[in-house]
Amino acid sequence: MTVVSKVASVRERRVVALAKRLRVSKAAVNVILALVAVFWLVPTISLLVISLRPESLFGASGWWTVFTAPSQLTWGNYATIFSQGFASGGVLDSLVTSLEITVPVTILVAMISSLAAYSLVFGSWRGRDIIFLVIVGLMVVPLQVALIPVVQLYREMGTLFGLNPYGTIPGVIIFHVAFGLPFGIFLMRNFLTGIPRDLLEAGRIEGAGEWKIFYRIVLPLALPAIASLAIFQFIWVWNDLLVALVFLGGNVHTPLTIFLYDQTRSLAANYWIVSTGAVVSIFVPLIVFFSFQRYFVRGVLAGAVK
Amino acid sequence: MTSIAAEGPRVAAPRGSHRRGWWRRNWVSLAFLAPGIIWLLAIVVYPTIATIRFSVYDETATKFVGLHNFASVFSTDAILTAFKNNIIWVLVFPFFVTFIGLMVAVLTERIRWATAFKTIIVMPIVFSTTASALVWRTIFDLDPHIGVVNAIEQTVSDWFATPGAYPLNSSIGQSAASLASFNATGGPGGTLVTKSLVHPGGTVMMGLTRVSAVTLQTLGATTPVAPKKMAGGIAGLVWNDFSPLQTSNTTTIVSDEHGLPNLRLSLVSSTGSSVGSTVTNSSGNFSFTHVAQGSYHVEILGSNFQTAFVGTFWLGSQSVTPTSGLDQTAQSLLSVPLIDLAMIISYIWIWAGFAMVLIGAGLASLNREVLEAAEIDGATEWQTLRRVTIPMLAPVLTVVFVTMVINVLKVFDIILNMAPGSSQGPATTLALSIYNDGFTGGIHSGLASAIAVILFLLVVPAMLWNLKKIKG
Repeated sequence: MTVVSKVASVRERRVVALAKRLRVSKAAVNVILALVAVFWLVPTISLLVISLRPESLFGASGWWTVFTAPSQLTWGNYATIFSQGFASGGVLDSLVTSLEITVPVTILVAMISSLAAYSLVFGSWRGRDIIFLVIVGLMVVPLQVALIPVVQLYREMGTLFGLNPYGTIPGVIIFHVAFGLPFGIFLMRNFLTGIPRDLLEAGRIEGAGEWKIFYRIVLPLALPAIASLAIFQFIWVWNDLLVALVFLGGNVHTPLTIFLYDQTRSLAANYWIVSTGAVVSIFVPLIVFFSFQRYFVRGVLAGAVK
Repeated sequence: MTSIAAEGPRVAAPRGSHRRGWWRRNWVSLAFLAPGIIWLLAIVVYPTIATIRFSVYDETATKFVGLHNFASVFSTDAILTAFKNNIIWVLVFPFFVTFIGLMVAVLTERIRWATAFKTIIVMPIVFSTTASALVWRTIFDLDPHIGVVNAIEQTVSDWFATPGAYPLNSSIGQSAASLASFNATGGPGGTLVTKSLVHPGGTVMMGLTRVSAVTLQTLGATTPVAPKKMAGGIAGLVWNDFSPLQTSNTTTIVSDEHGLPNLRLSLVSSTGSSVGSTVTNSSGNFSFTHVAQGSYHVEILGSNFQTAFVGTFWLGSQSVTPTSGLDQTAQSLLSVPLIDLAMIISYIWIWAGFAMVLIGAGLASLNREVLEAAEIDGATEWQTLRRVTIPMLAPVLTVVFVTMVINVLKVFDIILNMAPGSSQGPATTLALSIYNDGFTGGIHSGLASAIAVILFLLVVPAMLWNLKKIKG
């Protein structure tokens, strides 16, 4: 009895000590994480502030002086970069080009991946697992490996059919879709395996064909996964620089990443203009992120192979 | 052909109908898969094989050259630099991003504003690396009026080592000794000391030269006055021994010369120890009072010539190089370009949210009871983290780590956008080399394909690891 009560009291004391320690450490944790959060916000804030400060102040004083002199803020840089309107080479033209690339890629990847995943999950032919494994293997293939041959392929398409996608927006789209598919099929297949086959059988008994089952039963159920995939794909393609540089570099219409890249590469890097362009370029993905944060995080989680 | 046709009806009839049945059952399913497969074959699989072929052909893909391109890869300095930088990235980045992700994920569980905090950390993932690189390029800018990092460095540096009134530009070979003109010579630690000895009750004069008129004007320097003897003390003068009217007069005071104000001086005994200190006034005069018997030198402290803050050229071609006990080859191998560090810090800012989200999900699925039992049994938080949490999280941590290794093997955008033109060379990586060798100034397929094949081979282990996880 005494031993038991002794053990109990020791345990009790430990619990009290633990609670005390946790209270102290909780304050410390709050302070540490607040500092981390500030550190993480500084770059974004600096970008916004630089874009809102006039050119003349850029090299003269630090952007942080704005906190003591808020009168520095002006929309001048935005007026400057929007003044060109939709003329080619301007930031708005690039914004449109980015959308012209990103939206079709997102739709195509979502559609083709869903169809392929449906086939891989609910098909009854043999060899589906091996095909899926090959596709998973393709997930990590660096896209650098494919660039040169695809450029050659595009040119050959030009000589054979008179349709050379090199240097055109469809050329970029075709490439992006291909490298979006392995992840897309992987994510969709993982989701679809969770859908009970009974649901499909019920559809078949009622006489629905494969297409109708896919379209009416599976697709609505898979919408959360499609949303994750679409958001992930959208942000991925929106932020691509390399593929656009290879297939669209020197083109009249270029996406925002190339717009920014060109601005910094020009002899006098106009950081205040570049920063303004950068704010425009992060605006769209930020809206997508804040509207669909939950789906985005799910996409991130699915992206790492489990 | 004919024999097959002849055999056809006899053997293939039942099989044919069987195959037709198979087709009828599966053609829709296969049609669903077809677009994806065709797309992957045409734009991923075929090009990968073609790249392997290109890698053993010359730059125009017309002549077979065997392994020549691979030999070039390992004998071209620029590509070896790329290898070195990739190794630095792989060694440093995945570890730190995983570690920070883990710390942040563990700590986030204890705060009420976790959602807001996570949003802040995750946000940079949705920015383009191009935009992020531009932001960080200004943050690491050399000019403390632009770059936050150098602004902070300047504040701290000014705090500890106040710049002197007479800063020297050592980069163009200026030194304190080069200012000596009359009765002055360079001493240890960038000081200037009198050539002659002085005793209490005596006077001393030191002539310097090459102090700019602007400096003199800024400091409010006035006409020097010859020092007067004082009992038990030492009086003296430090002046700019240069007269525009009498340029050859280098020993005496001329009326259009100036004293040197604000110089920090020290009186040094014959044993080398400092026995007193003072500062010159606007005419360059100074005095030490109550000096014990003996002979002394007057020393102008090195801090007077302390250069103003220059800043760290984060984005330049400087390196952090270990120096002790290593030969030159080892030093050049181990030296880490500063810009690599700056870029890795920026990249951590971008990717820590990814690590945090994954590790956070792993933490949420851990068995709470085990953790609570450990804490109640008196384990410190650090012990719990090290002995219980981290081992239980090992699978997730490995996933994050491997994903990040694959990521930095392909690192490209941040270098292209963050490194100024002059630093692109020292900061280059394999992915950037592929782009530069393959696509700048027309398409050159040989060398770039060889690098691409190597990059591909480097991710193959990760590929196999992925497959193993999925199968098992």
